This record gives sequence, structure tokens and C-alpha cells, in this order.
Amino acid sequence: MLIKIDNITKDYIDDGLVTPALRGVSFEIDKGEFLAVMGSSGSGKSTLMHIIGFLDKLTSGKYIFDDQDASNFDDDQLAEIRNQKIGFIFQSYNLLARTSVLDNVLLPTIYTPNLNKKKTEKKALDLLNKVGLSERIGHNPNQLSGGEQQRVAIVRALINKPRLILADEPTGNLDSKSGQEVMEILQDLNEDGHTILMVTHEKYVAECARRIMVLRDGKIISDEKVGNQHLAKNGLKK
Amino acid sequence: MYLFETIKLSLKNLLLKKSRSFLTMLGIIIGVAAVISIMSVGASAQDLLLAQVRAMGSNLIGVLPGASDEAGPPAAMFGIEITTLKHEDALALEKLPHIVAVCSYLNGRGSISYLNKSKDYNYMGVSEGYIIVEETTVDSGRFFRQDEIDSLARVVVLGSEVKKELFGDDNPIDKRVKINQVSFKVIGVMEERGVVAFQNQDEQVFVPIKTSQKLLLGVNHLAFIRAKIDKEENIESAISRVKSTIRFRHNIKDPIKDDFSIRSTDQALDMLGTITQALKMFLAAVAAISLIVGGIGIMNIMFVSVNERTREIGLRKAIGAKRKNILFQFLIESATMTLMGGLIGIITGILIAWAITIGVNYFGYDWKFIVTPVSVLISTMMAIIIGLIFGLWPASRASKLNAIKALRYE
Repeated sequence: MLIKIDNITKDYIDDGLVTPALRGVSFEIDKGEFLAVMGSSGSGKSTLMHIIGFLDKLTSGKYIFDDQDASNFDDDQLAEIRNQKIGFIFQSYNLLARTSVLDNVLLPTIYTPNLNKKKTEKKALDLLNKVGLSERIGHNPNQLSGGEQQRVAIVRALINKPRLILADEPTGNLDSKSGQEVMEILQDLNEDGHTILMVTHEKYVAECARRIMVLRDGKIISDEKVGNQHLAKNGLKK
Repeated sequence: MYLFETIKLSLKNLLLKKSRSFLTMLGIIIGVAAVISIMSVGASAQDLLLAQVRAMGSNLIGVLPGASDEAGPPAAMFGIEITTLKHEDALALEKLPHIVAVCSYLNGRGSISYLNKSKDYNYMGVSEGYIIVEETTVDSGRFFRQDEIDSLARVVVLGSEVKKELFGDDNPIDKRVKINQVSFKVIGVMEERGVVAFQNQDEQVFVPIKTSQKLLLGVNHLAFIRAKIDKEENIESAISRVKSTIRFRHNIKDPIKDDFSIRSTDQALDMLGTITQALKMFLAAVAAISLIVGGIGIMNIMFVSVNERTREIGLRKAIGAKRKNILFQFLIESATMTLMGGLIGIITGILIAWAITIGVNYFGYDWKFIVTPVSVLISTMMAIIIGLIFGLWPASRASKLNAIKALRYE
């Protein structure tokens, strides 16, 4: 088991007004799972992802990550865990402008102590090669297509060998062909043993996962294994 | 790896917006250049001033009429005429041990004429000890003797410039000139001395002290007395003997009621050194204000930069940057900017000081080009410190950004 979420709640307090975003959510994620979290906006799926990704702290409940109780980590511990155990993939890629593909990929490693620079660079080149970007390592993001940029972001997420990959609407900004490519990469990564949690509101994207969880109003309304996982290489069905 | 990457990153960010970085740095450049050039000009001026005083002669003490505090200047320096000091006081000092020579001084201004040429000059009534006290000599002829002082002789020794203007290439010895319509015989011409203690010694004439008192000015007192002491280590004891001698002559029982003051050239150098040092620091402090203004410019642009890069900050935090990493990144960036500005400013300041040196030397002063390593070091440190201080607020704001909100920032 990689993650155990036990009855967590999250309240946002603004001007004394308490808005509950999560109201007692409990579930587990095993190593090697590919979980899609669905829900309309305001359902709490982003909040859940932020808490699981250590970007936000929970209000109550218990969060066990990799056998560690993460409920009470301080800011520096959270930063370390984000750096070394989580790989983020964002809807809008969030690559640094005017920074080469290689430097973008290496960005997380400047916050990782005691890394061998040569080895890390070699690893980055290998990963870029795997996603078909070995010819573009010197290019800046504005010279790449959206799909290529998202592939760079995926490699950046992988550079520190994370325990969990968090993908927030990874195909949201992409045309269907690029979206398909990205989903294929994610499925390949999952095949290789990576644990992936993906937030999406598109059913056809969620169906590429092995398990789909649906949130509404801060609560889980369904959590089911996908009987027949859709393979992205056969095209995304809309 | 982290420090190196951060410095590389900040340089890259500065170079990406070259004109903005330069304009931001301009405040620091001007400030540092001003501090460097003012410190340099101050040091050169101080050097010039002290050299002028040293040129008066070494191991000198001066007796001035009127009382004064130990530290402050005597009243006589402010042009207040005090009539307590007499030539007889000077004669009494000549007999004291360690005193090599004594000279009485009284100065005035009047028209000096030869044939149909006439011009206003300073004349100085001095006694025969002048040559020894001031470490000078005559170029031709001779200086006056004591008997000429006592007999109110109408003899004059010309400064070299006066001789040139009145006589040209002619020999002036034994010719007669008129000072304020009184006829004097020229007996000598002084060697060239140039400017000493801010007075061009070559543009005055010298007459026997008593002659100047009785025939030219109609007074009985002196402006001041100078005495030359044999060795530096005897100055203190000579001063106390001079004091008691004059007290005895002026019938003063209580030292508080002294009607004279004594200064040594060492004291004068000290005092002048202190004054010029203070002035130099004051000017540098005024120049440093522009550094603060420059620092505010840096702060302003760092806030803009933090704003523009909110998403970047959010991303960095999401992938593992700690608060201190972000703080450090922006501090290094502002410090790099001020350090670069500081270095350009130092070069500019040195060039300005160098140009001033050339300019002043052109006008005939012995103005030295002085840039002290200390001023360069202080300016560099100040530039970095200003970058850190004025970068702190924007950097701290950046480090406190919430990663989720920053990532969503449009």
C-alpha cells in the first residue's frame, strides 16, 4: 500500500466563512495503481490532489504516505517529499520560458541534495529519448508543440524517480492526437510499475486508468475498478 | 550545485531583460561612482592641504595673540585684531633653550610702485629669523639684519614674482620702490617658493618688522610669532617654556587668563587632518544617499519581477523548492544586480577621479590621484548589502507565496 487516506476533511476559511471542500474521504492506493479521480468543478478533486501531492495541508483525518504519517509534516518536510517522492504533471505544462528542454527537466534536481550531476543528466537524456524528444533538448518551450511540452513536463516529473505521479488534467490543453500520445506514455509508465493519480473531468480520459473514483461535494460517490481498461494506443474514444 | 545554479540563474534573468536591468542598476552605478569619486577627491584635497602646511617648515610652533581652548582655533584666526603680542616677546623667546630661531610677523596690503609701474601686493613685516624659520633663502642680494630692524631701516626684500612684474629682467638691488608712498631700498630678492599655506609667497614683499609697525601700519603689536625648535622631541618642553616666558612678560599669574595661544605645526596638521577627514566623510555620506535611492529602485523592480514570475515560483515550490530556496534565489538576484552596478560604478568613479586629477594638475596644483582600496572595498560591500536589504522584502514576499495560488496566477 502506498497511500492510506483516513477520513480526511479540508475546510477553506475566507473572511471567517468556512467552506468545506472535503467532508470525510477515506480510500487507499496500492503501489502500481492507475487511479483517475473525476468530478465536476467544486467537487473537491483538485483539493484532494493538492493534499495527496503535499501542496496543501488537511484540516482533519489521517494521511499515510509510503508508511509515513504525513498529517503533521512541516513546510520544509513537505517540500522535500514533493521534490523526491512526487512527480507533478500540470494541465498547462508549467515549463520555464527561455529555458532549454534539458534544463526544464533538470529543474527539480537543483533542490535535491547529493545528486550526481552527470548521472542525473544522463538519466534526463535517456528519458527524453524515450518520449521522442532527444533531438530537442536544446530547444526552448516556445519552440515546441503543446504535446511536446507536456512530454517534457512528464520527463521532469520522472527525473527524481517519484513514488507517485500526480497528473492534473494532463490532456486538458491538448488536441486529441497529442492527448492520446500523453495517455499512452502514462499507460506505459503504469505498465512499468509507476503509481499514477490523475484528475480529469473527461470520462474517456478516465477510462484509460485502471480505477475510477468520482467525487461530489467533497465526498466519494463511487470508486470502482475499470473492468476493461481502454488502451490509449487504440485512440481515445470521445 | 545549488548556489552555483542560483547565481547562474540570476545572471540569466538579468541578461534576459538587459535594458531594464541596466536602468535599475543605474541608481547604484551613480551612487557608487559618486562615493568613489568624492572619497578620491577628498583624499587628494586632504593630501594637498596637508602638504601646504608641511611646506611651512618642520618643528615649528606658532604664538598667536588671544586666548583659545586647546582644541578650537584662536580668535586671531577669525580676523579679530588683538594687540597683546609684541616684538619684545619674540626677542625674549630667542634666548630659550631648544629654540633655533624666532620670527615676528605682521602683514598688510598696499600699493608698491617702481618708476611708473604700480601694483597692490601683500607686504609682510618680519624679523631676521624669517630665513631660518621658513627654511628659505634669498636668490640675490641679502635679507635684512637685526640692526636694520632696530633702526627702522627702509629696506625691502622682494618676492620673486614681484621682482619679475616690477623690474622684469633688470637687477633691482639698490633700486628704490615705494610702498604706500614711503620709499624703500631693495636689498634682496627671495627664491621662488610657490604657494605655501595657501599664500603665494612669491607675490609679497618683506620689510623689517619694526619698519612695518611704525612707518607703514602705525601699530605696536604683532600678528603672530613663529619659532623653530631644534628637534621634534623638544617641542613639548619648548612650548611650556614659551608659555611661562610670555606669561611672565605679560604678568599673567593664572594660566586661565592667558592672552595668547600656542600651536605647533603638528597640532595644525592634526586639526586640519581631522577637519578634512570629517568633510570627506560628510560628502561621502551625502553621496551614499543616492545609493539608498538606487536601492529603492532595485526593490521596486524586484517586486515587479516577483509578480511576473509568480507561476514560476509556484512551480518551483511544487517541485520541491523550500521557502529559503526561493528567498535565496531572489536575494542573490538583487545582490547580483547591485554588485554588477557597484562594479560599473567603481570603474566610473575611478575614471571621474582620474579626469579631475588631470584637470586640477592642469591648473598647476600638485593634486595626486588617490583611490584607496578601502573606498573600493566599502563601495562593493555597500552595493551588495543594499542589494540584500532592498531585495529582502520582495524576496520574502516571493518565498511566502502559496504554491497552489501561484500556479493558478494569470
